[in-house]
Amino acid sequence: MAAQTLYDVLGVKRGTSADDIRKAYRKLAKELHPDLNPNKPEAEARFKSVAAAYDILSDPEKKSRYDRGEIDESGAERPRYSYRPHAEGAQGRKYSPQGEMGGEDLDDILAMFGRRPGGGRGRSSMAFPGGDRMFSLTVDFVEAATGARKRLSLPDETLDVTIPAGIDEGQVLRLKGKGDPGFNGGPAGDALIEVHIAPHPFFRRDGDNIRLDLPVTVAEAVLGGRIAVPTVTGPVTMAIPKGSDAGTQLRLRGKGIQRKGHEGDQYVTLRIVIGDSGDPELAKFFETWAEQHKGDPRRGMGTGDAS
Amino acid sequence: MIGFDELLRRFARLERGELVRWVENRWVLPEESGGRWVFAEVDIARVELILHVREEFAVGDDAMPVLLGLLDQVYSLRRQMARLCDALAAQPSDVQAAIGRALPKPGE
Repeated sequence: MAAQTLYDVLGVKRGTSADDIRKAYRKLAKELHPDLNPNKPEAEARFKSVAAAYDILSDPEKKSRYDRGEIDESGAERPRYSYRPHAEGAQGRKYSPQGEMGGEDLDDILAMFGRRPGGGRGRSSMAFPGGDRMFSLTVDFVEAATGARKRLSLPDETLDVTIPAGIDEGQVLRLKGKGDPGFNGGPAGDALIEVHIAPHPFFRRDGDNIRLDLPVTVAEAVLGGRIAVPTVTGPVTMAIPKGSDAGTQLRLRGKGIQRKGHEGDQYVTLRIVIGDSGDPELAKFFETWAEQHKGDPRRGMGTGDAS
Repeated sequence: MIGFDELLRRFARLERGELVRWVENRWVLPEESGGRWVFAEVDIARVELILHVREEFAVGDDAMPVLLGLLDQVYSLRRQMARLCDALAAQPSDVQAAIGRALPKPGE
């Protein structure tokens, strides 16, 4: 049996106007007032419950919360029952209605596409775009730097892909209309191609610049000169200043990534290689040379006379 | 998963005969295991729901199947909508933006 509602307590119906609720309350309050009903605990208890009912029903906000079931007769928050998370979970599927609204496929919802007012067209005439297709393509370092055309061979077709100069690792290229075919004349989806760049044995990318460690001989470092340097567009000649230290960084302007309106540079870091260290002539020369040149390049680093 | 008697103990106000009737009416769908009914979490929550609407809104046996049928439709739709939303969420952001623009605003 349902519990007594606040409306029952005041003897009115749900939907009664605020005025009539007030009148009903006043009438009951007079009848049941403890001063008029001495030694009648029953009347006093009813008086209290009438006052409590009116407290909620006279307050528009509390009244509407009560009407919505958010608070109970005492004004306390009602616990929200927990059916929804179960119903929407996988377990709830068994309560899914069969037949007209049945099934867990999206047919009912997709069928609504064709049922727009005034349209009167069936779902079959509704055009849908095709889905996108995802591919992955690995290009070598130089191709990524200078741009290239690549051919992607798929079971059913080949796609020609233009790799723009300076493409970044993981960048996605979109080929319009090369995805799955559309339905009922809808446009085809796109092919999305994620591009990966294979590492290079000596070039490294640094944004739009390219870095390279360049081995030079002792003689080249000491005497300077013009040497051939690889770049992504082929070897170029570069001047090495006389007396270059290892680690010296030289710039080849405009030999990095070439983008429209901006061109990167190539930075070359010299690395002195002794090469054939057993060369007796060189060793002999340095023995004599070292006797006459006692300078310590580590001076000031706290190494003292340890050597 | 709990058995019939444990479910009755959990809801003191639920009578044995009522629960049997609810299962026979297919308002609650326990699984059968070794000739006994076992109730999953969703079934327990559904029993609580039926008790709640019966007590709070005085929904009787006549109206209950109507109410449960409507609720089941709503939840079935919500599950399907969730799948549609998952499919939308998997689309590239420009597709999502285009769908967002195509959705009529409330009142249009």
